[in-house]
Parts: sequence; C-alpha cells; structure tokens
Amino acid sequence: MSAFNDPFDASTSLTRGCSCGRHHSEADHHRDLAGQTADNEALGNRVVEAAVMRAIFPHDDTRRRFLNAVGAGTAMAAISTFFPLGMAKEAFAQSGKLEKKSLKVGFIPITCATPIIMSQPMGFYARQGLDVEVVKTAGWAVVRDKTINKEYDAAHMLSPMPLAITLGAGANALPYTMPAVENINGQAITLAIKHKDKRDPKSWKGFKFAVPFDYSMHNYLLRYFVAEHGIDPDRDIQIRSVPPPEMVANLRANNIDGFLAPDPVNQRAVYDGVGYIHTLTKDIWAGHPCCAFAASKEFVTTMPNTYRALLKAIMEATAFASKQENRKKIAEAIAPANYLNQPVTVVEQVLTGTFADGLGNVRKEPNRIDFDPFPWHSFAVWILTQMKRWGQIKGDVDYDKVAREVFLATDAAKLMKEVGLKPPATTSKSFKVMGREFDPAKPEAYLAGFAIKRS
Amino acid sequence: MNRLSHWRAPLLSLIVLLLLIGIWHALTLPTTSKQTVNAEYAALVGAAAATGQKSTFPTPADFGAKIWQHLKEPFYDRGSNDKGIGIQLGYSVGRVLIGYLLAALMAIPLGFLIGMSPTVYRALDPFIQVLKPISPLAWMPLALFTLKDSSISAIFVIFICSLWPMLINTAFGVASVRREWLNVARTLEVGPLRTAFRVILPAAAPTIMTGMRISIGIAWLVIVAAEMLVGGTGIGYFVWNEWNNLSITNILTAILAIGLVGMLLDLMLARLTRLVTFPE
Repeated sequence: MSAFNDPFDASTSLTRGCSCGRHHSEADHHRDLAGQTADNEALGNRVVEAAVMRAIFPHDDTRRRFLNAVGAGTAMAAISTFFPLGMAKEAFAQSGKLEKKSLKVGFIPITCATPIIMSQPMGFYARQGLDVEVVKTAGWAVVRDKTINKEYDAAHMLSPMPLAITLGAGANALPYTMPAVENINGQAITLAIKHKDKRDPKSWKGFKFAVPFDYSMHNYLLRYFVAEHGIDPDRDIQIRSVPPPEMVANLRANNIDGFLAPDPVNQRAVYDGVGYIHTLTKDIWAGHPCCAFAASKEFVTTMPNTYRALLKAIMEATAFASKQENRKKIAEAIAPANYLNQPVTVVEQVLTGTFADGLGNVRKEPNRIDFDPFPWHSFAVWILTQMKRWGQIKGDVDYDKVAREVFLATDAAKLMKEVGLKPPATTSKSFKVMGREFDPAKPEAYLAGFAIKRS
Repeated sequence: MNRLSHWRAPLLSLIVLLLLIGIWHALTLPTTSKQTVNAEYAALVGAAAATGQKSTFPTPADFGAKIWQHLKEPFYDRGSNDKGIGIQLGYSVGRVLIGYLLAALMAIPLGFLIGMSPTVYRALDPFIQVLKPISPLAWMPLALFTLKDSSISAIFVIFICSLWPMLINTAFGVASVRREWLNVARTLEVGPLRTAFRVILPAAAPTIMTGMRISIGIAWLVIVAAEMLVGGTGIGYFVWNEWNNLSITNILTAILAIGLVGMLLDLMLARLTRLVTFPE
C-alpha cells in the first residue's frame, strides 16, 4: 500500500494500476489530475492515517478483511477511540523548534536537483517554516568547498562523491552524510549529429567523450556501457571531465564526439540541433541513482530540528515530483533564469519524458527521470566495485562497512516514515545492469566477471 | 582645415564600427530553409533544429534588442540567482574596489620602505619575484580552503593581483627620486618624515599612479574570471549563467558592459595621474 493512498479503502489495489503507478486505476489517475491542487494538509492527514493503519495492521490483507467486515466509517471511529488520530496529525504537522530559519542550499543547474530547486518556488521549504535560499553554483568542487566552509547548510552532490570523500579519493576525508538520493535515471548518452549513422558502440573507437566529474555515476555508466560492447574506455576512447554547462558548446565546436551527461544538457543539445540522444541511462540500468542531497555531519548533529524540517521538505518535494501529473508544473517553476535558466520546453521534455530525440522522432518514455529518495546500500556497493574496477581505489575494500557509513539508509527510512513515504524493509537489493545480475553480497565475484578492467 | 582634422578620427572610428556591424550582419544572415520535420517535433526543438541545422550566431539586431532589454531594466531582482546586469556590475565593481584599496593600503607604504632602503629591497626581492608571476586564479582554491568564504576569497584574489604592480612601481618611483632633490632637502635640514611627504611622495607620485593604473586594469580582468569560478553574484557569474543557457546575446551584452566599465575605471585613474604629474 502506498503512503499516499486512502488507508480506509479496502479495495485499494496493491499493484500499480495506472500510467503513473500512483493510483489504483486509470480513472483515479485522471480524477487526481483534475484536482491537481490537492490540498497539502489533506495529504498530510492522509499520510498520518495511513501510518497509523499500517502500524495497527502491518499486513494489507488483515487491513482489508477488517475494513470489509466493519466498513470504513466505523473503522475510523473505532480507531479514533483508542488512538488520538487528531493529535497524531497535529504532531506530524509541527516538529520541534527550529534552531535556524534562514538556510542556504547549493545546487548545480541540472534537472537532477529538481526536488531541491522546486521546494523554493513551490513553497515546500516555506511549509516547514524555513526560509531557504537556493544558490546556483559553478561546479562540484565549489559545492564541496562551500559546504565545508559552512556557506551552505546543505547541498546537491553526485552520489559517488560522499563515498569518494570518505575514502579520501580526490578529496580530504570528511564526515559527510547522504540521507537521500534525489533522482533515479534521468541521464543520457548524446552523440554529435555528424555521428548519426554510428549507432553501434563498436564503431566508437577514437571518440572523445565528456562526463561531468570523475567521481560520478555518469563516468561509471559510460565506462560500463562501452566496455560491455567490447570497447576499452581507457585505451579505445578518451573520457574527459567537463562541467555540464560547457558540454553543448564543446559538442558544437567538435571538441568532443559525445557525452554521458545529466539533463537538461542532452535535451539542450537536441534543442540547438547539435546532437541526438543515443541511449537513455534507464536502458543501461533501470532505476540507477544519480544525484544526492548531502549535508555535513556537524549540521545534522547541531541542528537536528532544522535538518529534519529541511529533509522533510525535500522528501515531500520528491514525493510530489514522483507523480507524472505534477511534472509540467514543476518544469515551469524551475526553468526560469533564477534556477535552471533554460527554455521551459527543454525542461518539460526531460521531466515528462515526451521528447524530441534529435533524429526527427518524438519519443515517449515516462520513466526518463524519476524521483525516489531511498539510498540503497547496494547502490553504494555497486559504485565501489566500479571505483575499484577502474583503479580509482586500490587494495581491499570493506564494501559493506563503507556503504553503511555513508549511505544513511536507516536514517532515511526513519525520515521517510516520518513524512509518510514507505521505505523498503531491507537496505540492499540485487539488480541488473545491462542484463548482468549484481549481487551486493558478492562484490568481488561481480568484479572478477568483467573482461575489461584495470585491477 | 583644422576643424576637419578634428573630426577625422571620430569619423574613422564610426566607419570601422559600421563596417564591423555590416560584416557581422552579412555573416549571420538568416538562411531560409524548409522545415524538415513534422510539426509535433518542431514544437519541441529550436527554430534552427527544426530545419535540420545547428542554432546560429545571433544577428546585430538580436544583440541590439537584448541590450535595449537590459537597459530598460538594469536593476531588477528576481531572486538570489537572477539579478539585473546593473546590480551584477555593482557587485563586481564593489569587490574590485575593496580588494584594490586594501592592496593600495599595503603596497604603497611597503613600496616606500623598499624603495628607500636598498637592504630591505634586496631582502624582499626574491619573494616578490616568485610571487609576482603567479596567476591570481591559482590562489583561489587555497583562498577558499583557508578563508572559508567565497566572497572574501574573490576579494583576496583581487588584492593579490593588484598588489604587485603597485608595490614594484612605488619602490621604483621612490628609489629613482633625483639625488639632488634629496641633497637639497638634507642641506636645508628637513626632517626624514617631512622629506618623505614633501619631497619623495610628490616626486614619485606619477610612477605610483602608473602602477595603480596597471593594477586596476588587471583587477578588472581578474574579477570576471574569479566570479565565473565561485559564482553567486557579479558580472562574471552573469556570463557563466548565460553560458549555461547558451545565450550568446546575453554574453555579448556582458562583454560590452565589461569593456565599458573597464574603460571608465582606466579613465578615472588616468585623470588622477594627470593631476599629480609635474613638468620637469
């Protein structure tokens, strides 16, 4: 049962029945779409009711049987007598006193930062009583330094960055926390328009590619993708680190042949007629993490209430963004110069997944980008295997320990429960990347299975 | 005849300008080609991409329209990441002036000391020679790390880059004050402090001012790069933000504004230099 469903409805479908997956039928989907300005307070109340019902009836079939037997109205009245639902709803609406009200959060202008950015114009921060200034930043290194300097209270980072910082690879070791993943999927391989006949990766020998940062999912996914096609990413092609804003300019100038980049860079290349979208990363690994919301450990411990409120805002925004029907509104809110500074249509194509591919086709991929905050430990383990595969880290790695220390899955689960999202019961799962099964319990065996590697 | 020669140079400037705009216009003439894709696709991409081409360089008319748009509303404020070009220039000039004045406060007294004492000169010379050629932007990561504040770091970068020309010119100016003038002062039993202020300072002033003029030029060059790096506010950030948006017209506007402000700063210093120059 999803946290946003009516818990007093016995017939709620447990499988996802509509096009966006949030409603139990297409009819419900449309009803929700019509009343798009769903009252947030009502949603909050619904979340509390759902949480209470879940606590009383941990199994969906028991809940159903109970509701079918007594009816929804009786059930609500019955539960209200021994559990003060009203008080619980109030407690959810207000948390402890905020230690600091005006905060600064840094972001890089890409659609991965959607929850962080949209919370400002769409009032998710304000609802938590926070006055947050979201500050656009030029690059990952500057974001990192400004977070260390405490100019930013929290920031948008690439999910491998906290791992790299913790391991002391490419930065000083510092206690970072990563309580939430921001987006899943949402990246793409874009090639220059002159290569429109070279669709087969085997013909890419000698190409120059750009990725946003060495310690990024983009780098690991591109390397993985070409290596699966028999191309050695270090010997057969060149991969350089180029900040996203400079990528389209470089592609136009023929300095690079393509890139694996975050959006809106890919869609912008299409919009300007410079490149075409070759592969969406969701087709390499469906549901891969990309960017993360990160804060220094000091902020978390010295201002727990502020931190909680901030994270609550982000989680609520993430839940809002995960609904397809809200995406157009979000695109309008984050496209102006103050945020992404892109034409609205470019951002809209990225978020809605109905986009021009640069070759004259309009493609419909509703999962092009999605939002899910849970930081799976197995994601961290996979990232670590790739760091080791390409020689960024050497020697033995205690995969499990590092993953647990950096990806705060238990904290995230606790907070997700607080904002009414339903976290998964485990913190690890196996998944497939380009058809190859990854078992987080056996990282070394996984690593040994690759033909092309540096270690 | 005389009046004609007076107008000749400005006239030539105007012709060069018109010629440049003409060439620009000719090179960016819109090519009319047919839409090669269906209407649904065309709605999703830019005008150039819909005709199967890359987006093109803006025309002089686009540029003019963009300038007019900025001139109409130079001081708007739509949130922390979107401010008018006037406000951005204000931030940059402010940073340059603070860094520059701090550098002057340090460089001129120190330059005096170095210029007056050959021992101090020889002692400090190796440091100056090593530190002088360092690109000011190379200090940026170090500044961010130690000062722990990006806008103080930007000011520090301005400080460090305007320091050396002022220091070296002051030292040179002080050291090359004519021996006779110092001897005359000594004969008249003028005290050392009075000699410094009444003889050396006026004599070295033109050289010092030249150093200050070089410094302000360098400082203005560096602030744009520094702001592109740290972001936040300032004309450098504006350029970076518009690069992000691939908006060539906005970048051109910023380039023009940077050039004009740089010229104004230089003119101001040139006026001041003229005030302190003396005929020999």
